[in-house]
Amino acid sequence: MKTTGNNIDRRVRYAGEYFQRDRAMHPPAYTPIYKTSVTRSPQKALLSIEQSLSELTGPMFNHNDIGPLDHDMILNYAQDGEPIGQRIIVHGRVMDETGRGVPNTLVEAWQANAGGRYRHKKDTYLAPIDPNFGGCGRCLTDEDGYYFFRTIKPGPYPWRNYINSWRPAHIHLSIFGPSFTQRLITQMYFEGDPLIDICPIVNTIPDKDAIRRLIAPLDLNASIPLDCRAYKFDIVVRGRRSTLFENRLEGN
Amino acid sequence: MTQPLDYLKETASQTAGPYVHIGLAPAMAGFHIFEKNFTNVVAGPNTRGEHIVIEGRVFDGTGTPVRDVLLESWQASADGKYNHPEDFQQKPVDDDFRGWGRICSDFETGVYTIQTIKPGPVPGRNGKVQAPHISLWIVARGINIGLQTRLYFSDEAAANAADPVLNLIEQEERRKTLIAQRAERDGKVVYSFDIHLQGDDETVFFDV
Repeated sequence: MKTTGNNIDRRVRYAGEYFQRDRAMHPPAYTPIYKTSVTRSPQKALLSIEQSLSELTGPMFNHNDIGPLDHDMILNYAQDGEPIGQRIIVHGRVMDETGRGVPNTLVEAWQANAGGRYRHKKDTYLAPIDPNFGGCGRCLTDEDGYYFFRTIKPGPYPWRNYINSWRPAHIHLSIFGPSFTQRLITQMYFEGDPLIDICPIVNTIPDKDAIRRLIAPLDLNASIPLDCRAYKFDIVVRGRRSTLFENRLEGN
Repeated sequence: MTQPLDYLKETASQTAGPYVHIGLAPAMAGFHIFEKNFTNVVAGPNTRGEHIVIEGRVFDGTGTPVRDVLLESWQASADGKYNHPEDFQQKPVDDDFRGWGRICSDFETGVYTIQTIKPGPVPGRNGKVQAPHISLWIVARGINIGLQTRLYFSDEAAANAADPVLNLIEQEERRKTLIAQRAERDGKVVYSFDIHLQGDDETVFFDV
């Protein structure tokens, strides 16, 4: 057992607080166009609290948490061949609101297969299950906040919202950061998909620019010739102020 | 012309959807893929402190259990120390305790459980002490942005009465939505903690 802490200063000190969340960039809880939100949305105002140690800290991850193929959805569930579909790379950078890369951040991804079906015991869509595709991956960002996955482009699929609703092709992404306050789940969409504009889940977001930032452009420069195309998707988590430390007297 | 402020905007949240388990808890989705999985077992056998089970359900506005919910918990050790480099307290680190759990409800019953230890008190703002608590984060289909709340303990009445966050809740009646009820069952300490997303008993959720 070891003890951490500064022997000189016995007061409890805080690293900088995180910026206030701009709720206008996020979907409100109650969005009747997305029918499931109607009974699952809190109706009372959220309680605004000051950030304490409980909010400024969060689980930390390292390479012991993930395996060597976890980021490669083309190979990480291959049984007797590779999955069917368009081979792609998804890459980008996790940054905070000041533009700094966020290192050692766990990014988890999950998606449907090329036919639009999830490997999930509750998914009953008639598209086939791909025996070689699990549909999930995870990686840690590097020192500059960069991450990448290799995968198959997911297919769109129908869902029960309106009678004839189809989800645009998308990849779910779950992002940590060094604090529980930065926890975020989002969805990445693909440039050029006509289903994006009419998707009730996309349209829970009131801000058009915030929607635009969820659409990954084709990035030919990051593609691998004769192998796979690439899509670039940058992710922004909450930024923070910083307090003075002996080893960082400049603050920010 | 003043200079622009040029801050980036946080990426917009989107619902985790009904199949969140594929990415975050594949065994629940019905298959095994990763060597190491994140689970609801927060405390190992050697973790110091009182070993407890937390059990409950998440209800929607009609009183129906949300059976596809996924929760994450974050807490301090029995000494009230977070396993994080920015916890500068002069307290021992329990190397056997990460403090984080990932929890799925049962697809049939909606019941979730967490196996952990009871945390110690941790510092709040301005020299105040916070009562022992566990932070919770909740996502599911129909939840557009993860909901954040806290779980406090019924056997900490004095500490709860002095807790700076509980005291921020103007309606005293609503404070009890954050307090888990202690009981013993088969020699184990079990705390019951239901979460209500909506309605008269709506749990207090936080904007942090």
